[in-house]
Amino acid sequence: MMLFKPVLLWTDMLLWLLLAGVAFYAWRVRRREHLLQPWRRLLRSRSGVASAVVLLAFVAVGVLDSLHFRLPLEKLGNGGAETHYSPEVLSVFDLMVGPLRKQVEKTYSAPFAAHLYTKETIELPGGKQVRDYPRLKFGGAHLREPAREQAGDVAVTALQGGVYALALCGGLAVALAVWLARRRGISPGAAWTMIRHGCDEIPWRTLLATIGLLVLFVCLATVFSAKYHIFGTDKVGQDVFYLALKSIRTGLMIGTLTTLVMLPFALLLGIMAGYFRGWVDDVIQYTYTTLSSIPGVLLIAAAVLILQVYMDSNQELFDTVAARADIRLLFLCVILGITSWTGLCRLLRGETLKVREMEFIQAATAFGIGHFRIIARHILPNVMHIVLISIVLDFSALVLAEAVLSYVGVGVDPAMQSWGNMINGARLEMAREPMVWWSLLAAFVFMFVLVLSANLFSDRVRDAFDPRVR
Amino acid sequence: MINYIIRRILYAIPILIGVNLLTFALFFVVNTPDNMARIHLGVKHVTPEAIAKWKHERGYDKPLIWNSAAQGAKQASDTIFFEKSVGMFAFDFGRSDEGRDIAHDIKTRMWPSLAIALPVFVVGLAVNIAFAMLMAFFRATYIDLSGVVLCVAMMSISGLFYIIGGQYLVSKLLHLTPISGFDAGSNALKFIILPVVIGVVGGIGSGARWYRTIFLEETSRDYVRTARAKGLSELSVLFGHVLKNAMIPILTGAVVVIPLLFMGSLISESFFGIPGLGSYTIDAINAQDFAIVRAMVFLGSVLYIVGLILTDISYTLVDPRIRLE
Amino acid sequence: MKFSLIYALLAVLLAACGAPPWNSPYPVADEGGNIAYSSFAERPKHLDPAQSYSSNEITFTGQIYEPPLQYHYLKRPYTLIPLSATELPKPLFLDAQGKPLPADSAAEKVAFSVYEIRIKPGARYQPHPAFARDAQGRYLYHDLKPEDLAKVYKLADFPQTGTRELEAADYVHQIKRLAHPRLNSPIFGMMGEYIVGLKEYAKILDNAQKSLPPGARLDLTRYPLAGVEVVDRHTYRVKLKGKYPQFLYWLAMPFFAPVPPEADRFYGQPGMAEKNLTLDWYPVGTGPYMLTVNDPNRRMVLERNPNFHGEAYPTEGEPGDAAAGLLKDAGKPLPFIDKAVFSLEKESIPYWNKFLQGYYDASGISSDSFDQAVRVATQGEADVTDMMKEKGIRLQTTVTATNYYYGFNMLDPVVGGFSEQAKKLRQAVSIAIDYEEFISIFANGRGIPAQGPLPPGIFGAHEGEQGINPYIYDWVAGKPKRKPIEYAKKLLAEAGYPGGRDEKTGKPLMLYLDITATGPDDKARLDWIRKQFQAVDLQLVVRNTDYNRFQDKIRKGNAQIFHWGWNADYPDPENFLFLLYGPNARVKGEGENSANYDNPEFNHLFERMKNMDNGPERQKIIDEMLAIARNDAPWIWGFHPKQYSLFHAWYKNVKPNLMANNGLKYVRIDAGLRTKKQREWNEPVLWPLGLLAAVLVAVLVPAVAAYRRKERQAAR
Repeated sequence: MMLFKPVLLWTDMLLWLLLAGVAFYAWRVRRREHLLQPWRRLLRSRSGVASAVVLLAFVAVGVLDSLHFRLPLEKLGNGGAETHYSPEVLSVFDLMVGPLRKQVEKTYSAPFAAHLYTKETIELPGGKQVRDYPRLKFGGAHLREPAREQAGDVAVTALQGGVYALALCGGLAVALAVWLARRRGISPGAAWTMIRHGCDEIPWRTLLATIGLLVLFVCLATVFSAKYHIFGTDKVGQDVFYLALKSIRTGLMIGTLTTLVMLPFALLLGIMAGYFRGWVDDVIQYTYTTLSSIPGVLLIAAAVLILQVYMDSNQELFDTVAARADIRLLFLCVILGITSWTGLCRLLRGETLKVREMEFIQAATAFGIGHFRIIARHILPNVMHIVLISIVLDFSALVLAEAVLSYVGVGVDPAMQSWGNMINGARLEMAREPMVWWSLLAAFVFMFVLVLSANLFSDRVRDAFDPRVR
Repeated sequence: MINYIIRRILYAIPILIGVNLLTFALFFVVNTPDNMARIHLGVKHVTPEAIAKWKHERGYDKPLIWNSAAQGAKQASDTIFFEKSVGMFAFDFGRSDEGRDIAHDIKTRMWPSLAIALPVFVVGLAVNIAFAMLMAFFRATYIDLSGVVLCVAMMSISGLFYIIGGQYLVSKLLHLTPISGFDAGSNALKFIILPVVIGVVGGIGSGARWYRTIFLEETSRDYVRTARAKGLSELSVLFGHVLKNAMIPILTGAVVVIPLLFMGSLISESFFGIPGLGSYTIDAINAQDFAIVRAMVFLGSVLYIVGLILTDISYTLVDPRIRLE
Repeated sequence: MKFSLIYALLAVLLAACGAPPWNSPYPVADEGGNIAYSSFAERPKHLDPAQSYSSNEITFTGQIYEPPLQYHYLKRPYTLIPLSATELPKPLFLDAQGKPLPADSAAEKVAFSVYEIRIKPGARYQPHPAFARDAQGRYLYHDLKPEDLAKVYKLADFPQTGTRELEAADYVHQIKRLAHPRLNSPIFGMMGEYIVGLKEYAKILDNAQKSLPPGARLDLTRYPLAGVEVVDRHTYRVKLKGKYPQFLYWLAMPFFAPVPPEADRFYGQPGMAEKNLTLDWYPVGTGPYMLTVNDPNRRMVLERNPNFHGEAYPTEGEPGDAAAGLLKDAGKPLPFIDKAVFSLEKESIPYWNKFLQGYYDASGISSDSFDQAVRVATQGEADVTDMMKEKGIRLQTTVTATNYYYGFNMLDPVVGGFSEQAKKLRQAVSIAIDYEEFISIFANGRGIPAQGPLPPGIFGAHEGEQGINPYIYDWVAGKPKRKPIEYAKKLLAEAGYPGGRDEKTGKPLMLYLDITATGPDDKARLDWIRKQFQAVDLQLVVRNTDYNRFQDKIRKGNAQIFHWGWNADYPDPENFLFLLYGPNARVKGEGENSANYDNPEFNHLFERMKNMDNGPERQKIIDEMLAIARNDAPWIWGFHPKQYSLFHAWYKNVKPNLMANNGLKYVRIDAGLRTKKQREWNEPVLWPLGLLAAVLVAVLVPAVAAYRRKERQAAR
């Protein structure tokens, strides 16, 4: 009997494909100094390094959340030789944050609360009934009298988290100093001075500070979430912090997979239009003008409906909740990709038109080198910076777009955790008095941090790849 | 130039046919005429006869795109696609599946859309350019730096937050404007202030940052250095030279949008209860009113193409060196 | 700095003239008017009385059209009283030979029932161009040329109007319209079963329409309908097949309101429909109000009908009504309000906030704003919170005649069928879904768990221990108590799924829920329902789909478990139990029985119960039917929502009435109080604007200083 049964969802597969692509690119770049140069420049900027660290943290969560599997069920007495697996699809990340997932209350509770947010009729031991806020099953359950003990408990726990974080950061700093010293052939003390004063070309100080903040956040979150719901709970009592963390994968998927879908279209068609001109150009221009003049919402709504029809006629393919939600996410990415390739395509066409007039390409044509060789060898590398820049720029826009699509009702599956769904659900609670603000806040904070770091990163990427700086 | 425009207009025809065909395909892949009839007839007590009757009255009982039962040219013309598309090209939108006159609806709903979209566009453009000029003017100072950070922060906030927050703050707490609604004539003023302010504020982040890059690109050119060397003040360099030369990229982004302003904005129209064309389209999609969806898509693509042509024309106006051939 | 000056100026101006609040969504001129303000979320599709059926349409048509009967505004249980009729019509029963039968004849013997309806003379229609005549008595607008219509865009563009006395022929005309081939009346199918000759009449009209040139109008007055006849100017007769006591309820709906043939002639002229001038858009009625503005993108306005025949406020009601102040206006002439403005409001947050600001007179409560508005006392009685009380807001609650339930598709191989296993599986699931918790989370306790298909207050439903569903509930300490989860698990094991897994193969049992989830609140609901199934170790897969696909699945019987609701047409058990009647099954009979429940015994009892008069015998049959249905458990019976409504202090004479749809005429408004409160609650807060200006200045001053310095340096 196997310990677990791995599940490879469609989006997981694409994610691994994407990661493999990135790895391949990194491997290629390593050996080519002129390609490495811009990345070096990127490493030297402080905001670039800081945002890269934050982005990596998000990506790490997303990747961990993409390792899916199903656990086996106990064997029944007469169940035969076959093992059956639980229909519930879990991820490695779910296991890591185990308690968060399982600590479900009845309904709303505020961040760090020990009581439910709504009054209920409670039966007292004597048979009398009072209407009051009942205690939570998990949040602050270790306290006897929350009103008195809570402040102290929070302070102690925070201190505990701070100490852990400090220890971890200290260890990290020492390790970095030693590693740098080895590499540069100086003493660890000198290396530490260098880090502290920031006089190396790589901003180690910023790097360390960002990582330190992240570590602090993780430590605090870990110690607190064992005892409290740090972002409160939602309408059916799920931990909002957990939901926000799970939404990271959704956001990342929409941001990255969409690019993965649109890239082949945009690259191939854009370069072909610019390179071959003539009727090829006409056909491609016609296609993208037509596509971009249809409202995106209609395209998306239609695609989502088509998918539902397909799912209904092929039910055996989508036997789990996760599989259904996943295919919808994939479809959303595909359709967003189809609606958004036109912009990049147009840019690439213009750039190719310019590049193909350059002397070395004219020369190559004169030598009778094949068209596709010219495109692959000479044109593609020369337009790559545009591709890169527009990818990072689009990323944040796509993450934000998800929220709006959920509002219109054509976003990700309602069973899937996403910031859009969180905002959408929280929107209605704005009228509640006192207001239920925490789901909105959690979604806002997570989205803001991700999009802000993506924006900062893309700024730096643009600067680093700007051909004029070269 | 006249020739050029005529040619562009002729080019538009195949695009419009394509758009029409695509809308048609998208719509009928997911909705059968039976579904449409059922949605329109309601939930309770619907009989098959009523559905058949509904379809017949609106011509949805014909084959979708090819009538193999008919003779000759009628094979292509006696179909839903042909009958519903031909009128479009004469801008005769016909009647909605509910029986309303679409052209009349569009005419009345266009103005509220425009009342929001036009001020957002004009004021937004002015504010963004002003903000960007300010940053470019004080480049590499604390104003520029904090400006860029502010812009990035502002564009990292989802548009929904601006609307929800704005309604809560301005209307609920401060009692300054009505929360939502619309009225005709001068009474409309108090309703459009809030959506316009929110629209402008929400757009500053990306807009100002984009224009700042354009201006900075221009200020690094040689002619700017020459102008400065001549002793012109920084202000006149910025307005006299940089702004003028940055006009092309600004126009590229801006002019395309102008005709589409008529179409209104989807999200803010439904949040603010504005009876514009944005909410018209969404309602029609939800109510599966194919006649309206098709008309709105058609109108949208026409306006988009007009925008593209206008952009080209505006180039020649700004820069006489450009000629359209 | 300029800005703060404007602000100061504005503040002075404001203080000086006491202008209406800045955030008022209504024109200044309307302030203080005798006007009721409310909203609508979706534009009404049909205002033609032959077509309008949804509650959002009847909100309007109910005030404009007057059917022969109406429900008494105050009395409970709901009582029919005459509206335009002189008295409640008594049916005359005939046998197959047309001979009269005594009034207490059994349903089997009755071949026809004849209703003779006498209407009050003297009622007149609202002013309308369809009645406008010139000095010679010829209709002004019945023979319009295209050029006459060139400058007409709305009904008000016709300068002349006229009126006419209401006649019995108008009622007959409307019954004929139910069969009109162009109108698709939703009740045609059902009425065709009862009204003699209506089905055949539709065929005649259809043929007549086909022989006409396209676009020409079908003149119904030229085709007589066998089952309906005009007796004299103020009397008409309707002949029904068999016995159908529920017909009286239909006579209280706008489907049977009078429509003048002139209106059809007027609107039927070529060119009218192209301008959106149709009866569906501009109703013509005799009721207390008439629709004067119809702009469903923004607002719709009802104004007092100057030709209204007059009616008096009821003088008697339920015990307690007098104490509640509901009889203060007894005997006074109706209607009280001059004008009712309905504004389009799609989003719930703006709607609720406008209510709190005093711009809507009444409001339902969404579950989100419940805690803000309502405080539930220990005994479970609801009252408004102190904050609401301070504002003078009042609360009223009623249990609706509505069912929300999960249905099992009885044709499904897993959950369907009548085997003992399937029954137990269904019962186990019914126990597992803790509706008490659902109501407390999603409806703030506004609802009661259903014990069967009949909501309380409907004939046939029992109160107390007698009324509980013994398969799901126990009667403990004077209250129904849901059976424990362990019991559900035991049932599940007996059904062949111990631990939620198939006894034979060991496979976990997966159940499928078909649903159309689009709204923001649906995610929480789905999470909740999945949790309920998990409590008995069952896996629920939600098959979310769009409305069309969902309808398709239900119609073809491909769904497994689905959510459904039913809103009663009239307060009779027949209108609920027919949802389980076999021949009404969705797949076989294209009826409303979505669960496709078909139990011969139940069907037989239903046929007997259907046309009976209320009494002990009917009660006995209903009891038997309920016992059968509860054992078979084709539905998870779900719950009956309670309706909570809030009213501002200035809104008087409100009593929720779920059946009556013409309540606007009874309502009175204290406009002075409203104006006062609106101003009090909505004083603009201006200091943040000043602050904003100050911040801007503070940021800009150093920048300008820096620029000056730079310029000076450059100049040097």
